[in-house]
Amino acid sequence: MALKIVKGSIDRMFDKNLQDLVRGIRNHKEDEAKYISTCIDEIKQELKQDNIAVKANAVCKLTYLQMLGYDVSWAAFNIVEVMSSSKFTYKRIGYLAASQCFHESTDVIMLTTNQIRKDLSSPNQYDTGVALTGLSCFVTPDLARDLANDIMTLMSHTKPYIRKKAVLIMYKVFLKYPESLRPAFPRLKEKLEDPDPGVQSAAVNVICELARRNPKNYLSLAPLFFKLMTSSTNNWVLIKIIKLFGALTPLEPRLGKKLIEPLTNLIHSTSAMSLLYECVNTVIAVLISLSSGMPNHSASIQLCVQKLRILIEDSDQNLKYLGLLAMSKILKTHPKSVQSHKDLILQCLDDKDESIRLRALDLLYGMVSKKNLMEIVKKLMLHVDKAEGTTYRDELLTKIIDICSQSNYQYITNFEWYISILVELTRLEGTRHGHLIASQMLDVAIRVKAIRVFAVAQMATLLDNAHLLTGNTQRNGICEVLYAAAWICGEFSEHLENPMQTLEAMLRPKVATLPGHIQAVYVQNSAKLFATVLKSQEGDTDSTAAQEASQLMIDRLPLFVQSANLEVQERASCILQLVKYIQKLQQKDVEVAEEVCALFAGELNPVAPKAQKKVPVPEGLDLDAWINEPPSESESEDEQPKAIFSKEEPKHSRPRHTEVDEKELARRREARKQEQANNPFYIKASPSSQKVYQEAPGVEHIPVVQIDLSVPLKVPGLPMSDQYVKLEEERRQKARAEKKKKEKKKKKEKRSGRGKKHDSGPESEEDIAPAHMVDIVTEEMPENALPSDDDERDPSDPHKALDIDLDKPLADNEKLPVRSHRAVEIQKSPVEDGERENATSEEPKKSSKEKKEKKDKDRDRKKSKEEKKKKKHKTEGKKEDLLGSQMDEPVVQSDETNEVAAPPASTSAEVSDLDFWLSNAPVPSNTQEVATVAAAAPAPGAPSVTAPDSEPDEPKDTEIEELKSSKHKKKKQKKEKEDKEKKKKKKHHHHHHHSDGGGEESVQNGTMEEEEPLPPMSNYCLLAENNYIKMVSDIQGNLQDGSQVVVSVIFENKCDSFLKSMEFNVMDSLNSKLQRPDGSSPHDGLVVPFQLPPGVSNEARFVFTVQSIVMPQKLKGTLTFIVKNEDSSTHEKLDFKLHFTCTSYLITTPCYSDAFAKLLESGDLKSSSIRLEGVNMPFHHLLARICFHHHFSVVERIDSCASMYSRSIQGHHVCLLVKTSGQTVTIDAKCDEPTLLGNVLDEIKQTFSQC
Amino acid sequence: MIKAILIFNNHGKPRLSKFYEHYNEDIEQQIIRETFHLVSKRDENVCNFLEGGMLIGGSDYKLIYRHYATLYFVFCVDSSESELGILDLIQVFVETLDKCFENVCELDLIFHVDKVHHILAEMVMGGMVLETNMNEIITQVDTQNKMEKSEVCAGRYCRSTCSCCISCKEHEPPGNAQKHQHWRHKHKSAKFTFLQIVAARS
Repeated sequence: MALKIVKGSIDRMFDKNLQDLVRGIRNHKEDEAKYISTCIDEIKQELKQDNIAVKANAVCKLTYLQMLGYDVSWAAFNIVEVMSSSKFTYKRIGYLAASQCFHESTDVIMLTTNQIRKDLSSPNQYDTGVALTGLSCFVTPDLARDLANDIMTLMSHTKPYIRKKAVLIMYKVFLKYPESLRPAFPRLKEKLEDPDPGVQSAAVNVICELARRNPKNYLSLAPLFFKLMTSSTNNWVLIKIIKLFGALTPLEPRLGKKLIEPLTNLIHSTSAMSLLYECVNTVIAVLISLSSGMPNHSASIQLCVQKLRILIEDSDQNLKYLGLLAMSKILKTHPKSVQSHKDLILQCLDDKDESIRLRALDLLYGMVSKKNLMEIVKKLMLHVDKAEGTTYRDELLTKIIDICSQSNYQYITNFEWYISILVELTRLEGTRHGHLIASQMLDVAIRVKAIRVFAVAQMATLLDNAHLLTGNTQRNGICEVLYAAAWICGEFSEHLENPMQTLEAMLRPKVATLPGHIQAVYVQNSAKLFATVLKSQEGDTDSTAAQEASQLMIDRLPLFVQSANLEVQERASCILQLVKYIQKLQQKDVEVAEEVCALFAGELNPVAPKAQKKVPVPEGLDLDAWINEPPSESESEDEQPKAIFSKEEPKHSRPRHTEVDEKELARRREARKQEQANNPFYIKASPSSQKVYQEAPGVEHIPVVQIDLSVPLKVPGLPMSDQYVKLEEERRQKARAEKKKKEKKKKKEKRSGRGKKHDSGPESEEDIAPAHMVDIVTEEMPENALPSDDDERDPSDPHKALDIDLDKPLADNEKLPVRSHRAVEIQKSPVEDGERENATSEEPKKSSKEKKEKKDKDRDRKKSKEEKKKKKHKTEGKKEDLLGSQMDEPVVQSDETNEVAAPPASTSAEVSDLDFWLSNAPVPSNTQEVATVAAAAPAPGAPSVTAPDSEPDEPKDTEIEELKSSKHKKKKQKKEKEDKEKKKKKKHHHHHHHSDGGGEESVQNGTMEEEEPLPPMSNYCLLAENNYIKMVSDIQGNLQDGSQVVVSVIFENKCDSFLKSMEFNVMDSLNSKLQRPDGSSPHDGLVVPFQLPPGVSNEARFVFTVQSIVMPQKLKGTLTFIVKNEDSSTHEKLDFKLHFTCTSYLITTPCYSDAFAKLLESGDLKSSSIRLEGVNMPFHHLLARICFHHHFSVVERIDSCASMYSRSIQGHHVCLLVKTSGQTVTIDAKCDEPTLLGNVLDEIKQTFSQC
Repeated sequence: MIKAILIFNNHGKPRLSKFYEHYNEDIEQQIIRETFHLVSKRDENVCNFLEGGMLIGGSDYKLIYRHYATLYFVFCVDSSESELGILDLIQVFVETLDKCFENVCELDLIFHVDKVHHILAEMVMGGMVLETNMNEIITQVDTQNKMEKSEVCAGRYCRSTCSCCISCKEHEPPGNAQKHQHWRHKHKSAKFTFLQIVAARS
């Protein structure tokens, strides 16, 4: 064995390390792959060795190879091995490798849970840090669930280094395990006010990230962020907060109003460009959210635009870019203020930087109007000519089309101009956007009836000159426009001047080189043209033209019949037969035109893009159900080839049949028509409209093509669209003159068609009349279309799951999976490897148990959510009623007691808090806090007075989370008091990290108005104390397990020495036992998982199992510890008695009055009662005391009478009816366990006898 | 959120790649290549922002990069990050590297990619900015390196590893480094004798 180790370490001396590997790769430039593969073989050998150092070295090299693109997932298990090394050096290597190559489907990840948990609680902060960093990269839903609680504990770690990492990683945990968001959120919120700026910044970061996706859930945090914004000096934090406000303002315009002033101040004062820029951005967002333009807002816009202009004019390209980016946001709502900077933006179009040009283009999109569209597009066309790179030119092209087609061609006054622009664009060399141009042509031709004559003429020219477009078919995207051209010419062939010529152009042999889908359109539309030719020749005595057309078709179509493309072939053979038949009829002088035209009769209407989606699924139709039994795999495989074969057979033979059975044809046509008529989804139009538009296969370049466009143009020489600009100018002038004349005449005229374009103009606000009658046909929708379903979120978006209401108080069952004795176990495990292995083998069992628990919990949660919803409605309704009449009393009550009893009450309170905060007039930023508080005071009885930023419902740890907010409040106050008493400035533990006094004051403000404030209360009672240490404890039942209670003990070091090796031990009784890790004897103590420097306190939790809970009991225990000075260390011990009262088995459980009444009626409960004399305190204090000390909740309170409820961990119901008159309090109680009830009542009595 | 951080040289050779979202190795390489093509064809005096490529990002994402001598530092971020802020962050990153490596050059990154990762881990965690204060970053990195070194020195006799060798080479005075070399020789000879023993036995 020893020999083996020696051998291993010696061999290792010759191993390559990372540097050797890199050097080797650099020296083997020619055969790198080969060299690396030998290296990987070496690494595989190294990984087989036992020596962890060798393994770590190998894993380190693998990480490098991973970066070079080698798959190293095969070493995942070795990575886990290295991660679990006890040495930081290796651990770090392991975690780095894991973070680079683990992902959700890496199966060994599930083996890491325990290791990571161990590292997270390591006494060495860097072990924890490394684990957190690694985990942030490969956290899975399982890991998130299992570790959420551990990470949450780390959020309150004493070291800010760990805190900030823990806070950041929570975001990843939320994403993977959304259930953790609600339990963890209060603590996250608490971290916003962490004393360490790094932690604060991390918390802001996480909340911003969360709020960006689901802003509405975070609105209630606005006041807190506002405070941070006005107080923070960290630009990173400020930027994040300001960005967050940008996301929140759209939801709450009042927030925007409040923000404008501090933001403008920041804009004026800051020297940091990044901050200035974000401020401007958010001001813009605010301005967008404020729909009505208030006078002082136009000043803000001016300020923004002015600052942005400075950015854009800056020589720094980055600022220029950002300036343009922000400008485009203003543009959406305040186009006017941007339009005045048109010069600047057009100037940016000439910038050498492509990013900047693209941004400028974006801006142009919003700057066009009817007036300047032509001018701007003309400029862009010039740029198109100049642009060198195809990407930029393509971008220009799409932008031109975007600009022109935006909002239903709103700004186009002359569609002839637009068609000519489109035709000009076809000259673009090597564009990828042929299909875009084509679809525009189609769209315009279909939807603008008046333009069809012109469009058809232009398209005919295009078809005639097709050879120019198709120079190099292989890489040609522009030939797509021929698709549109052919279709337009065919569909609207009645407008063609010379259909015969176009028909000829469409049947040229060269067409066969076009992509299949275009050929198919050619063939189909040639048939349409043919029909038109026939029709036009009908009645002519000389029918030669018609016969020529037939002959032409018969001559040329066989070329397409041979096409390899099925679609082309099929259509061609069909049409060929048809034409042959027609030719026969022609020779017999039969008039066929009518019938042939009938083939293509019907008007085509555009259909809205979402029409199909909006058709509701008829009732009883299950789209997922099979219509027939699904064919078995083998069957389909057997039969398919046959079917294809038999189908193809007649097709091939078809050309040979010179005659088609006309009856059969008619029958089929009839049947098809019938079917179409019955099919609600069939668009009744010409058959060609069914064609699916296909993307062109990868086409990129064509050589420069110059189309001779002199034919359609009246002014040869000029690029044609320019001509329209001139014409337009003239037209507008004329129109203006006309208008003046007409005004004199006071005679209204209707819009005229394009024929009369010069003699009329409607009274448009822009004074520009469209040249054509722009009857843009609205897109059809199915009759029973469902209203809007537009902004559906991507179901796979992980943020969807995080859309969780965070203002609702936590339910009892909402907590993170906790492992008992986590800390202690971990403390022990690093010491003994054997034990660790134990834990590992134990893990799967536990986690499966946890899973089960989780399922149950989920079910519970659903239920409770539903209940809550109901309840919420109720309380809201109630609130409205109350607001009308007796404001003061009931509201105060809700403030005092409902907060304890009914969770929803505080929700509404929080909402109204926000309302209140927002309704405040904007105040100067630095006096904000004071002003809120001051303004709060004179508003009597309003529940909203409590400033929400001080809403103290941040539970201090998981156990306490179960409690209701009032309890926290009191606890906080108590802590506050403790702090003051001790005058301890050092606040090491999180419990003492409180917000500054401002928040606290306003809490008191909230409770002060009517009744005097509650005295501070605490459930932590002194356990034992000596010169060195003080222990206070609180005992809580565990709702999830009826036989567990959790004892939280705060240890406080009172001396000047270091306290370490604390061990907590309790003598078990028959009924109650301290839970110890498996394998330890019942006399072993538990190690307290921390050490205490002087003056520091920290909290540890211990779990006890109890069998019977009806009787109180006491357990004797001892704490042993070592007191360490510079020179000496002594063993000390402290005895204590742990008092398990019956109260500690009760759990605050809200109960609704109806359920409460039922419970009392059921008759299962035994009753008992007590009288308390000489109780000298307000009734609400009395109730609060019972709630707080004895874990009750108030069900209902009427004047000086209240019903209360609680439940034991084993499910006993305890109901109280508390009445007060003078100094006497009577408590009638009912419970299903009389002994328990008796004890609880005794304890209540004792509580009040003490005060 | 930061989606990815890439460092590559003027020829597109990756020097560090950190993806905060999982891609398989082939796609990662494609992304690096594509990003390199996008970034490398840009002039020196144009802006540092670039709309993302096809593979990484989409409309919400931006490439923010800086070019230092032979290296490109590219961050792919979404709209929740401040553009100028990220530029600052890159600057902080490079300055930190410069402090940690003492006049950092491409070679440092080539041979000590693990160290660069460790430094980066103190700045960005899981795609979110963790720390922007250079001194804080350096303090944390140094403390961890010291820890590593102490572990190494404790177990140097038989446990020194690759990364320990670096740290010894780098941070120890030359005398110590020689000592280290000396150890290596000793082990070499030890192996020799070991082999001899084996031979003698057989």
